[in-house]
Amino acid sequence: MTRKTIKVDYLARVEGEGALRVSLRDGEVRKVELRIFEPPRFFEAFLRGRAYAEAPDITARICGICPVAYQMSAVHAMENAFGVRIPDPLRQLRRLLYCGEWIESHTLHMYMLHAPDFLGYESAIAMARDHAAHVERGLRLKKAGNEIVRVVGGREIHPINVRVGGFYRTPSRRELAPLAEQLEWARDAAAETVRWVATFDFPDCERDYEFVAMRHPSEYPFNEGRIVSSRGLDIGAEEYDTHFEERHVPYSTALQSVLRARGAYLVGPLARYSLNFDRLSPDVQRAAREAGLGPACTNPYRSIVVRAVETLHACEEALRIIRDYEEPEEPCVSVDAGPATGYACTEAPRGLLYHRYSVSADGTITDAQIVPPTSQNQTSIEDDLRAFLPGWLGMDDDALKWRCEQTIRNYDPCISCSCHFLNLEVDRNG
Amino acid sequence: MARAHRKPRLAVWKFASCDGCQLSLLDCEDELLAVAGAVEIAYFPEASRAMVRGPYDISLVEGSVTTPHDAERIQAIRRQSRHLVTIGACATAGGIQALRNFRDITEFVSVVYARPDYIETLATSTPIAHHVSVDFELRGCPISKAQLVEVLSAFIAGRKPVTPAHSVCIECKARGNVCVTVAHGTPCLGPVTHAGCGALCPSYHRGCYGCFGPMESPNTRSLSTRLAALGMTAGDIGRVYRTFNALADPFREESEAHDT
Repeated sequence: MTRKTIKVDYLARVEGEGALRVSLRDGEVRKVELRIFEPPRFFEAFLRGRAYAEAPDITARICGICPVAYQMSAVHAMENAFGVRIPDPLRQLRRLLYCGEWIESHTLHMYMLHAPDFLGYESAIAMARDHAAHVERGLRLKKAGNEIVRVVGGREIHPINVRVGGFYRTPSRRELAPLAEQLEWARDAAAETVRWVATFDFPDCERDYEFVAMRHPSEYPFNEGRIVSSRGLDIGAEEYDTHFEERHVPYSTALQSVLRARGAYLVGPLARYSLNFDRLSPDVQRAAREAGLGPACTNPYRSIVVRAVETLHACEEALRIIRDYEEPEEPCVSVDAGPATGYACTEAPRGLLYHRYSVSADGTITDAQIVPPTSQNQTSIEDDLRAFLPGWLGMDDDALKWRCEQTIRNYDPCISCSCHFLNLEVDRNG
Repeated sequence: MARAHRKPRLAVWKFASCDGCQLSLLDCEDELLAVAGAVEIAYFPEASRAMVRGPYDISLVEGSVTTPHDAERIQAIRRQSRHLVTIGACATAGGIQALRNFRDITEFVSVVYARPDYIETLATSTPIAHHVSVDFELRGCPISKAQLVEVLSAFIAGRKPVTPAHSVCIECKARGNVCVTVAHGTPCLGPVTHAGCGALCPSYHRGCYGCFGPMESPNTRSLSTRLAALGMTAGDIGRVYRTFNALADPFREESEAHDT
């Protein structure tokens, strides 16, 4: 009988603190535990007693990588609670801000965190010694995304310009013009990125996921739409709690979210793409097909190609919004707060982000629930490892450990977010 | 014999935080490869799976201490670090998670977790300087990229970092902003808040919300009088001081003065 443990004590190139422990016995996978030891910060507890208007600024601090996502889900949930309608120019500006975050976050993950796995480097900085032109293109593309967030939001991390009802100040057409120049370059760089990552060597691993993402009548989803799945789910955000539940496992400070009816599901680029391929422009669809993707993608290693396709989409969409932009007359609409409960989901770079708030008559938050994408994907990450590990047991320990890490990094897990969230341990003696 | 020149070794550590301040380093798109050329990035798990053992010449520490394990870990990091620099509001003032310090932690755990017995946490979130000596504190939620590059350059060159200690008000004047309080009656923490953001909020027609923490000699009492005159309730005033830098003494004292 042979036993073996694989341990990754501190998972690198992910956002936040986690570990992995895998136990194997006689070539069988006994246990896979994605251990999240990121210290809990109790956002849902201290939001109680805060003013409704503080929710976008406070929840942004859940994650420095995707603060815009938190701000968007927060403002939409509050606006849902108070029956606020956002006029089109403000809605377009929110989409533009979200485009910036997708470009910045996806590019960070593709170039700095994930590509080094495919090319065999410890880091992007080490990769830059042999692939300087690629890394430099990645940095400039990331900067183009960050520039959108900086101009529209005020700064790249924890933007200050988002409020319930709209913005504090809307940019002039003249302020947006330099962004368009950078985005013309960025669109070409994103197309080049799609071609580059498509050349990587992808393990032949497919899984039959239940994809969950938003779906909008006409657009690739950012802020609005119904929550749909590849197995027939079709609900509004207010029905989220009826269909999903969060579970607490002893080895993780991140709650794990599952579908009450069917268990594990997958959110993020693969799900969004596979459920919304028809919402991409013909040019982006063509780029995806040329990169070897079909209208759905079930190989998690190819998520890097899907991220590149989504980055191309975000560049195109940002250019369109800037071209059509008319400065709104007012930066925000008035908000009449009262006792109510509001629900919203938006598409963070890593997937569906759910917020629910209850507010009292004087506008004070009495209850808050936040379900980040990585909490929803934790079970799928563990299931991927359970499914794929038996095929890898011939690898030596270092290669096996690296492959496990890469498999987790497919998800671009954001551990800081999911902690309400990693370290790898493989036990071959389970 | 002259000592061989060796690149300074840089380590980046994470405690309870959102990752935003260490992300600021990766967000230095124009400077990142130059920084990587000037120092040996020996430990930076968010960016590299290569982890070189200490000692380190410069340790950047993000986040606050919130678990018994982290309270021990910071001691070990201090022992391995020639210079220890804290980056951001969590590391210098406990961060937003220090709101627990004013409440009952048992209740907090039970609000968020179904099985509170699985959670190991301290009743408080505390800044790094409460645990070990700190060579330099960089403020902000998040820190400013320009200030981060300045601090790294200064430590590499062996000089003192140049970061202004004045208030956001001075930055507003330098930027030519119209005062949002005087002109529009918008409550603003600019007079008591540490410079570094470039007067961002007022430039977007919004009052400063104090994310860089208190400036050197803040007259919070006087500002509170003004905030009250602008129509804020005691509860509102207490709350604005008790947000991202709640544990910084001047903000903590002023928030406690408004506890009802």
